[in-house]
Amino acid sequence: MVAYVIRRLAYGVLVVFGVLFFLFVLFFWVATPDDIARRALGEKAPPAAIEQWKINHGYDRELWPWQSFEDNMLFAHYRSMLTLDFGRSDADDVPIIEKIAKGAGPSLALTVPLFLLGLVASVMLSLIVAVFRETYVDRMGVVLCVLGMSVSILLYIVGAQFLIAKLLRWFPISGFDPSPDVVARFLALPLLVGLVSSIGSNVRFYRTVFLEEVHRDFVRTARAKGCGEARIMVRHVLRNAMIPILTQIVIAIPFLFTGSLVLESFFGIPGLGALMVEAIQGNDFATLRAMVFVGSVLFVVAQVITDVSYSLADPRVRLE
Amino acid sequence: MEDWIISNIVTALLLAGFVGAAAAVRSSRIWTDAAASLWRRRPIALLVVSFYVAVAILDSILWVGGVDAGEDVVSAHEAKSVIDRLFLDARERSYSAPLADVEFYGAKPLAHPGSHPMGTDIIGRDVVYMALKGIRVALLIGGLTSLIAIPLSLLFGISAGYFGGRVDDFVFFIMSTLASMPGLLLLIALIMAMGRSTLSICIALAVTSWVGFCRLVRGETLKLREQDYVHAARVLGVSEFQIVMRHILPNLTHLVIITFVLTFSGLVLSEAVLAWLGVGVDGSWGQMIDQARSELSRDPVVWWNITAAGLALFGLLLAVNMVGDAIRDILDPRTLRESS
Repeated sequence: MVAYVIRRLAYGVLVVFGVLFFLFVLFFWVATPDDIARRALGEKAPPAAIEQWKINHGYDRELWPWQSFEDNMLFAHYRSMLTLDFGRSDADDVPIIEKIAKGAGPSLALTVPLFLLGLVASVMLSLIVAVFRETYVDRMGVVLCVLGMSVSILLYIVGAQFLIAKLLRWFPISGFDPSPDVVARFLALPLLVGLVSSIGSNVRFYRTVFLEEVHRDFVRTARAKGCGEARIMVRHVLRNAMIPILTQIVIAIPFLFTGSLVLESFFGIPGLGALMVEAIQGNDFATLRAMVFVGSVLFVVAQVITDVSYSLADPRVRLE
Repeated sequence: MEDWIISNIVTALLLAGFVGAAAAVRSSRIWTDAAASLWRRRPIALLVVSFYVAVAILDSILWVGGVDAGEDVVSAHEAKSVIDRLFLDARERSYSAPLADVEFYGAKPLAHPGSHPMGTDIIGRDVVYMALKGIRVALLIGGLTSLIAIPLSLLFGISAGYFGGRVDDFVFFIMSTLASMPGLLLLIALIMAMGRSTLSICIALAVTSWVGFCRLVRGETLKLREQDYVHAARVLGVSEFQIVMRHILPNLTHLVIITFVLTFSGLVLSEAVLAWLGVGVDGSWGQMIDQARSELSRDPVVWWNITAAGLALFGLLLAVNMVGDAIRDILDPRTLRESS
């Protein structure tokens, strides 16, 4: 067991190194420091200004180790990313790690309730649909799911803001105030939109998983022994369907930190997602790089946790 | 070579491809049965998809000339498609409500009263025309991206599954690396690095979406490799390459079709989000929605732009989703659900 965990962690470290290399190639080779400087300073900036900007941001060294072993950008990139020394933002020169720390709070305030509510709602709805399989409840459920999946989240957001915020005036259109008595009002609408937009595909997926289990022999045995349908659903079907569901859950955890770009920007929540959007619109490559790296590390950690929890839930996996 | 000539050639090739595919389907009993079954299950959705495809093809057939120059001499020399020519002189000056006789702001009489079923946008273009133009963009995004992503997945997946060993480890490592970068972030990072042309957006979308299908291909290849006919072929001395082409690849065709249709809607939705972020393809529905967002806060509300784009998007995606589900049920009930 311990050996398994160590092996998975080691592979995870390898993947992180791979991610860093990919980021380096993308941000220093495909888009050269000259390009970044030009975008920050403007297309017509004189070469002297570009050189100065590159020196200020530490982009003026040789790229590859075979060009200059002591002082090259590849090693500098690895060093700074792995020590979490992300430097300053290309756009407004604020230390990036400060921005990330500030943005994490609002992001989590939105994504954690969204995730928990979404999970509970999706599992409950798909269990109901699975219990009433092959009946009209099931058919209607599937149709509603497909309809829900076919609408772009942008339309959900615009619709919600227009109908609920503007016409009915139940909640504010956008904005964020962390003080505990009003924060719920600001989060209600993004929560609702996030829930409704993702419930379609989630319920469809969980329904498929549950229906796989429901036709198994052990369920038939339980029913023959006299178990009630509800008990069967919860004690037998749900437990065995946990494995794919668990994968989904753990994989979703990194996204709790990186926040939802779309929801945060539309609803004016100053979280990590909004930070990303700012970085995109401001051509702030340094922040972009840091954010993708943070997201990847969280993802790798989540995958290791998934694999470990898999092997706990399903003993067959450990023997591989 | 002029852009419009390239567009015509590609359209011709595409039509030739359709005819070829139809001939291939007719010649094989299995595929004919599958197609008939599809038509029986989802006739309406198939008709809707065919309508969208037809409009996209009509919008890709371009030629110069045949336009009354009038005031706008420049546009008389631009290449215009069949759809363009249908709406050639439907311009107004600014907003107008659907089927209205007067402009929205100022109540001046329109040049073509009552002939705009969904009104006009801020510079007077007919909204139905804009929605129809968006069809070609949406199909282009879905089609071109899949054209890049699917061969990539097949190449890596079959190599990993068939040859195993070091190749498998290498491909698995690349897949893990790409899969561990948050999708939207990676997508945006790629587009920022590669530029905002249609081709780079499609490449970026392909890079972020090929991993899922690759895993599937790898799994299926592992199973196919153990089949008796593959063993027999190897014993008979057939080269590895021919085994792959003749035995493995054709047995993956149904997966290719299912994946193409099911990921199509995801790609179009992603492009809508990209358009809102400012890095979308020009003329797409995402751009229409983004531009129309601010109109909803006016008083009185300008609702027809976003409604038209939203309905067009919804119609296409719903139809594609329903056809995709039906195709998956017909061609492969078990494999995809086990691994999704």
